[in-house]
Amino acid sequence: MNDGTARFAAREVACIRGERPVFRDVSFALEPGAGLILRGPNGSGKSSLIRILAGFLKPAGGMVAWGGENMTVAPEAHNARCHYVGHLEAVKAALTVAEHLAFWAAVKGFAKADDNILAALDLEDLAEVPGRFLSAGQKRRLTLTRLLATPAELWLLDEPSVTLDGQSAARLEAMLAAHRAGGGMAIVATHAEIALPGAETIDMANHGISAAALLGESADAAAGEPDYGTW
Amino acid sequence: MVTAFFGLIGRDLRLAARGGIGSLVTVVFFVIAVSLFPLGVGPESALLERIAPGVLWVCALLATMLSLGRMFDEDFEDGSLEIIALGPLPLELVVLAKALAHWLITGLPLMIAAPVLAVLLNMSTEGFAVLMISLLLGTPTLSLIGSVGAALTVGLRRGGVLISLLVLPLYVPVLIFAVGAVEGAIFGLGEQANLLILAGGLLAALALTPWASAAALRMALE
Amino acid sequence: MATKTKKAGIGLHFFANPARFLRFARKIFPWVAIVAVACIVAALVLGLAVVPADYRQGDAYRIIFVHVPASYMALMIYVIIALASAAGFIWRHPLADLIAKSSAPIGACFTFISLVTGSLWGEPMWGTWWVWDARITSMLVLLFLYLGYIALNSAYDDPTKGARASAILALVGAVNIPIIKFSVDWWNTLHQPATISKFDRPSMDASMIAPLLLMVVGFIAYYLAVLIIRLRSEIAARRIRNLRLAQVGG
Repeated sequence: MNDGTARFAAREVACIRGERPVFRDVSFALEPGAGLILRGPNGSGKSSLIRILAGFLKPAGGMVAWGGENMTVAPEAHNARCHYVGHLEAVKAALTVAEHLAFWAAVKGFAKADDNILAALDLEDLAEVPGRFLSAGQKRRLTLTRLLATPAELWLLDEPSVTLDGQSAARLEAMLAAHRAGGGMAIVATHAEIALPGAETIDMANHGISAAALLGESADAAAGEPDYGTW
Repeated sequence: MVTAFFGLIGRDLRLAARGGIGSLVTVVFFVIAVSLFPLGVGPESALLERIAPGVLWVCALLATMLSLGRMFDEDFEDGSLEIIALGPLPLELVVLAKALAHWLITGLPLMIAAPVLAVLLNMSTEGFAVLMISLLLGTPTLSLIGSVGAALTVGLRRGGVLISLLVLPLYVPVLIFAVGAVEGAIFGLGEQANLLILAGGLLAALALTPWASAAALRMALE
Repeated sequence: MATKTKKAGIGLHFFANPARFLRFARKIFPWVAIVAVACIVAALVLGLAVVPADYRQGDAYRIIFVHVPASYMALMIYVIIALASAAGFIWRHPLADLIAKSSAPIGACFTFISLVTGSLWGEPMWGTWWVWDARITSMLVLLFLYLGYIALNSAYDDPTKGARASAILALVGAVNIPIIKFSVDWWNTLHQPATISKFDRPSMDASMIAPLLLMVVGFIAYYLAVLIIRLRSEIAARRIRNLRLAQVGG
């Protein structure tokens, strides 16, 4: 894997949540236009990996790099390059659909959002409706418009199609295809079938850390000289 | 970055404006808490006059503290904080914007209510100007120090009660110097030194608290 | 398996066996325990029986042999917590986090002892159980800081997060303590002009220095002894957590 110079790459990334090891040895390399699907059972670390790639969580080992440069070197530049859509919709009861878009554009540093993006997810009739009147599916679609509101090279999507109906899921697939056709990259963690033609797949189940590794402590003690780490 | 900073403040103000009476809870609490004192210690005007600066400031402090929970909790729970954190604005400046918005929503209304309550407590007129200045310098400091408590307890189940335990001891200096200034003006001891210290405290809080709060928020976002 | 994990770059120190520390602790524990008992007993004998009574305060002043060292310990332990927190926050060193966490209740106890002895001392001297003296008020605020620290540390389910959150709080508190001290002194002079500080120590007789110093040494040794016990149990608890997590992780 030529992760040294790929546009966006992860090398042997490992994750520990609290004291619980989640996964290790996750590597990939993405070039513009590439897609990546993360699969795996609950608790296998799909969400954690996405959060590491978004920069919320520090990898316990390995590194994530843009063009070979560790993303922690310039976190603000990394922020500008990526969109993250997690489990939460971030929809405020008191703000209208249009106001949400304006705010999301503002926090990304843009004066205003692209006006006609509401059509992409069939929300144009709801522009002046406050968040408290939206259904779960509409909220989901609203938060997905964030991807179009401002440009970002890398989309990090964690179960993006939850609560979407078939038609909306097709719209999301069209968005992803257009994004990648324009040179964007997409990483999608999902249980559902989302068409991402030509995308690599990583099965997180293959990267778990076994109980034996967890008990490294006692195994080491049995082996004589214990491992002190930084003690 | 400027767009993001003011976009954040603008949204918080808009949310507060649409919050109806809910946004005024802080100032209503302030008014009610102050009016309890005459009921508690008796209506004797000399006594009320004597304790007025202290009562006003203690109640302002408690009112500010009660509103701290809202600074980050809602944005954390609905995922907005993740979006804000992934913007070009460093988290330290996010904290500054949130603290400024918090002050505009809670500190400023307190300043408007304070002189009216001072009249109710029969506070001597020499103290009014200094009371306003002390609030202008002191309440932003409370919002900034409070941001640390709010950020440290974000996402915790019992966060609300915990904030008071974390933040109130840190509020002690603001209380002492602010009340010292107002009493200094009333008793003719001079208020300048106290006000200068309050101003220094505000600058120090501006420079230091965003780092602590941002570190706590980073941890909450993990 | 463990070596392979290390190759993958996992910071294994989290699961590292702190055997070296435990061995070291086991070695010094009897010594600090003996020093603690010996010094505290010697200081009490000297302070209560040998040192002459004060001509103004009579025997009541003897409480300073507990009060002053306890106040000193209360401050010193907060400084230790702040330093350990800084070390834990910067280097993510688990032992530093544990030292900070385990020290807090001990420091809070010394603060409480300082407050109680100060208050007991006040009664025979000035006929009141509590005076809002600058020093004792600062101690009260310090107790509140300790309580906040302990509460925050235990509010997190994940001990790692609790350690980091309370580390931030300890550092903010450490920056604030001098300011609080200054403000309380300021407040005290403002409200009690012209009265001498009520807790003015009796003029130091040379014979009083020995029991005071002995008590300080005894308290420090006591702190270390209790700290070692607490660290041991924390390490054991952590190991149990790891075993439990391994069970769940199957």
